[in-house]
Amino acid sequence: MANLKYFITTAYRDSRKDRGKLALFMSAIILGIAALVAINSLNYNLVKDVDEQSKSLLGADISVTGNRPVTEQLQLLLDSIPGTEEAKEVELFTMSYIAKTDDSQFIGVKSIDGNFPFYGKLLTEPVDAFDRQRDEQFILVDHGMMLQFGLEVGDSLMIGGVDMAIGGRLKSSFGSISAGSSFAPTVYITPEQLEDSKLIQPGSLVDYAQHYKVPSNFDPNEWEDLHREAFRNESMRITTIKDQRENLEEAFSSLNYFLNIVALVSLILGCIGVASSVMIYLKNKVSSIAIFRCLGMTDQQAFLIYFIQILVLGLVSVVTGAILGSSIQMLLPVILKDFLPYEVDMDISWQAIFEGASIGVLITMLFALVPLVSIRNITPLRTLRASVDQTDHWIDWLKMVLYVVIVLSIFAFLFQLTDSLREALAFSIGLLVAFLVLFGVSKLVVWAVRRFFPTRWSFVFRQGLANLYRPNNQTQTLIISIGLGTAILTTLFIIQGLLLENVGSMDAGNQPNMILFGIERDQKDEIRTLTEDFDMPVIQQVPIVTMRLSGWQGRSKEDWMSDTTKIASRWAINREARVSFRDSLNADEELVEGIFTGEVTPGDSIFVSLADNYASSMGVSIGDEMVWNVQGAMITTYVGSIRKIDFRSMQTRFFILFPRGVLEKAPQFQVLVTKSPDTETTARYRSAVVKAFPNVSVIDLGMILITLNDILTKVSYIIQFMAGFSILTGMIVLISSLSLSKYQRIKESVLLRTLGALRNQIIQINFTEYFLLGSLSALTGIVLAFVGSYFLATQELELEFNIRWFPINSIFFVVVFLTVLIGLFNSRDVIKKSPLEILRKEVG
Amino acid sequence: MTKILEVKNLIKTYKSINKELTVLDDINFSISEGEIVSIVGPSGSGKTTLLGLCAGLDTPTSGSISLTGELISSMSENQKAAVRNKNVGFIFQNFQLLPTLTAIENVMIPLELQGKPSGARSKAKDLLGRVGLGDRLTHYPTQLSGGEQQRVSLARAFSNNPKVLFADEPTGNLDEDTSDIVENLLFDLNKEQGTTLIIVTHDLDLAQKTQRVIRLKGGKVCRDQKTNQD
Ligand SMILES: Nc1ncnc2c1ncn2[C@@H]1O[C@H](COP(=O)(O)OP(=O)(O)OP(=O)(O)O)[C@@H](O)[C@H]1O
Ligand SMILES: [Mg+2]
Repeated sequence: MANLKYFITTAYRDSRKDRGKLALFMSAIILGIAALVAINSLNYNLVKDVDEQSKSLLGADISVTGNRPVTEQLQLLLDSIPGTEEAKEVELFTMSYIAKTDDSQFIGVKSIDGNFPFYGKLLTEPVDAFDRQRDEQFILVDHGMMLQFGLEVGDSLMIGGVDMAIGGRLKSSFGSISAGSSFAPTVYITPEQLEDSKLIQPGSLVDYAQHYKVPSNFDPNEWEDLHREAFRNESMRITTIKDQRENLEEAFSSLNYFLNIVALVSLILGCIGVASSVMIYLKNKVSSIAIFRCLGMTDQQAFLIYFIQILVLGLVSVVTGAILGSSIQMLLPVILKDFLPYEVDMDISWQAIFEGASIGVLITMLFALVPLVSIRNITPLRTLRASVDQTDHWIDWLKMVLYVVIVLSIFAFLFQLTDSLREALAFSIGLLVAFLVLFGVSKLVVWAVRRFFPTRWSFVFRQGLANLYRPNNQTQTLIISIGLGTAILTTLFIIQGLLLENVGSMDAGNQPNMILFGIERDQKDEIRTLTEDFDMPVIQQVPIVTMRLSGWQGRSKEDWMSDTTKIASRWAINREARVSFRDSLNADEELVEGIFTGEVTPGDSIFVSLADNYASSMGVSIGDEMVWNVQGAMITTYVGSIRKIDFRSMQTRFFILFPRGVLEKAPQFQVLVTKSPDTETTARYRSAVVKAFPNVSVIDLGMILITLNDILTKVSYIIQFMAGFSILTGMIVLISSLSLSKYQRIKESVLLRTLGALRNQIIQINFTEYFLLGSLSALTGIVLAFVGSYFLATQELELEFNIRWFPINSIFFVVVFLTVLIGLFNSRDVIKKSPLEILRKEVG
Repeated sequence: MTKILEVKNLIKTYKSINKELTVLDDINFSISEGEIVSIVGPSGSGKTTLLGLCAGLDTPTSGSISLTGELISSMSENQKAAVRNKNVGFIFQNFQLLPTLTAIENVMIPLELQGKPSGARSKAKDLLGRVGLGDRLTHYPTQLSGGEQQRVSLARAFSNNPKVLFADEPTGNLDEDTSDIVENLLFDLNKEQGTTLIIVTHDLDLAQKTQRVIRLKGGKVCRDQKTNQD
């Protein structure tokens, strides 16, 4: 366009005195973009580091893990890896006894046979301790544990009844094969010491690993693809760098998920802020636009002038937001430090900034365009007649197109965020439904107030009420923007509460807090007596027999495995089943199908009881045959009943339960569940158990809960920090929505004042209106949030949904309070000054 | 003389919820180039409506209007905008200056819209000098009195050398002396540039100073006569 320069100049001139009014618009964008860029950057930095971290975390090119040693056939496959360096690792959990302090500690014992790790280095003190270990036969103990018990190099630790000298401190740990390591300190012992200690017994929980280093021309992933099946069939796992990388990504995916929700919330709130603040700005500009049009400006030109203004200020805000976001991003890892799976170097991620900024520009512009395109419909006739009815009753197709584009972009944004078509669709539809419901409610309110208007109530109340439906009423805009803002924030709070509560409930009340594993049959009664001597209840003492599935529904396992149409999932088929037997159901179990058989006599058919999730994973139902391999002996059983187990119960849970009279003679070990009244008793009890029964493992669930709590506290910091962001944006939405009404109501209030209304009456009228609007919007928003978070919790996060009223009550009161406060604050001019003074000033 | 405005069988009705209100009922008249015409009539008789239609701000229900030889009654909003920008000037009872623009910038708008920004500033300066505001160029409307604001809008109205100038109660908000100043400026500029003036007014003195008075009543032209001016 030839005179584009002219429009830019005019845009500049026209904005000159009013730029302050766009401050809200700018802050909405700044906050939204800042959150988006901060979260995006964090994600990029995490991914960037994953590659490097995964190599040194794994320490090898290929690792094979499982809960028993590699079989001979599999070893043949492993031998086919060319030019390899090989190492074997064993990990198990056990109690250790510290003679120096007469304490006991649950530890993760690792033993390495070979030159592992091939990559990275095990940090020890003295530095060469790990290299000398095999020759000198000492152990390496976790630095934190040594500090806790005041241990020094040269002291010793009793593991599995053998006294072992400490030769060094362990500053880092490698290739942790089991997830338990986060709550038990690690101790490295030598293979010889492992042998001596006889820690490995039938029934003890041991993880085995074999690590390989391959030449660079050998592709570990190709090898994995080729042999994955064979190893899986024996319940072994192959891990390569690629898998390790995926594991890491999974480790922070739930954090990621929540952060993404926060990003989304900030962005959407930002968008509501943008749309409503641009709307206010343009409301102010209607008469200017009419004059421009009257003087011969075309609708496109008028549109262009304001579009330029919004675009320029929008860009400035986006840049500011990106800078702010990058600074916050530098802060995030500090808060998240201990929670992240590894240390993250925070770099400025230009890609994150670029992505955040372009999404921001796009979505902001789209939302700003909604009020902007209305400029086209401002008739020049307004110069002659101030109150020309603006609501033309035809449909503005451009606007409709714009709405469709907005919905599509939100969908695209969500898809990019979640990578799931289903989730993106669900979220978009949710937002759309929320919008439509609020729109419907606003229409309903206008209709209902007019229809059932209480003509006999006091003047003040009637005025306030009538403001809801009079021409130029703000019912629709306020209910939609405040309602949507409330809904989104409340959803965030409910989900946050559910996340925190779900874990918090685990340590509540009368739950057991100690589990003893690996008790042998002849130790069973002694341990019970010992426990009772400590005045602790034996909540559960059950036998465990390990077995494997060898066939079901009349076909052998091998036969099934080659059948591609089978329903049974791999984990259910291959797991080493830990089976118990008893004659009744526990309180935390519920029979859902079939008849529970408590006891059988020799020769009878054996009816077993399955947990519902196991039964469905196997695709078996009542009456189906299942054949078990119990350490060599085949036992044929039938599915007799299906149980549902309360998953929050701290009791040991059994997927497969045999009746009495079958397994009594099979090799087995016992589990005992008890509850310790305090930490002091816990410590004494543990020492006593370890001293008398070195093979028994005591797991202190209280410790696990403390660790979990620790992680959760950190998560809730982030949650609160990011939610604070959203609250700030929400406030902007509230202020900008209410500023909309400022220009609407001031003229009327001035007039009423002129006609002799008292200051208090004006306050009461305004109060009534804002109170009604605030509570209607907040209420609708909260109801929407209930529905939204219910689906989010049950469908996406698999949390149990229950409502805590406390934060929701407060949200309601805060929203209503702020609505009334800001509303009254906006009309303070009218209230404070004499009507004459205001008339002289230019109002509206 | 050529007709600058021709109104034929003009009807304007407004639809309200359940009934139709005929505001202008079969209006016919024409105005020649350079004429000074006033439109008078009781309140609610349809004067403003008529002015808006003639100036191309509104669309008639039926009938035709041609302004400067162009049939504006069947034009699109943007085509009418082009006609207004080229040929029409406006003065309003409440001045209608852009509050965010200075006096001189307000005057420059029509020229700048025509894409002639080069001469705009000097011309605007001249015009503001003519209306006696040569030293108030960079003042904002809020810094000017009502009379001064109306003089700025007068300067703006003449800045594009319009063929027709429409004024809706140009002196309605001004005192007698200020009214006189504005009226005289109006007539002087008409003489210099040959601009046709169409003025809606309640002020019978002002009406008497024009060459022709069209009187509306109940949406019809009830009288259309020359005064004894010129
Ligand atoms: N948008 C509208 N909808 C319905 N009726 C309207 C509308 N605009 C104007 N009218 C009606 O048209 C009639 C003429 O109005 P108009 O403003 O033209 O009168 P006027 O002669 O300029 O009056 P005044 O001297 O008081 O300014 C009035 O009765 C008015 O109520
Ligand atoms: Mg009028």
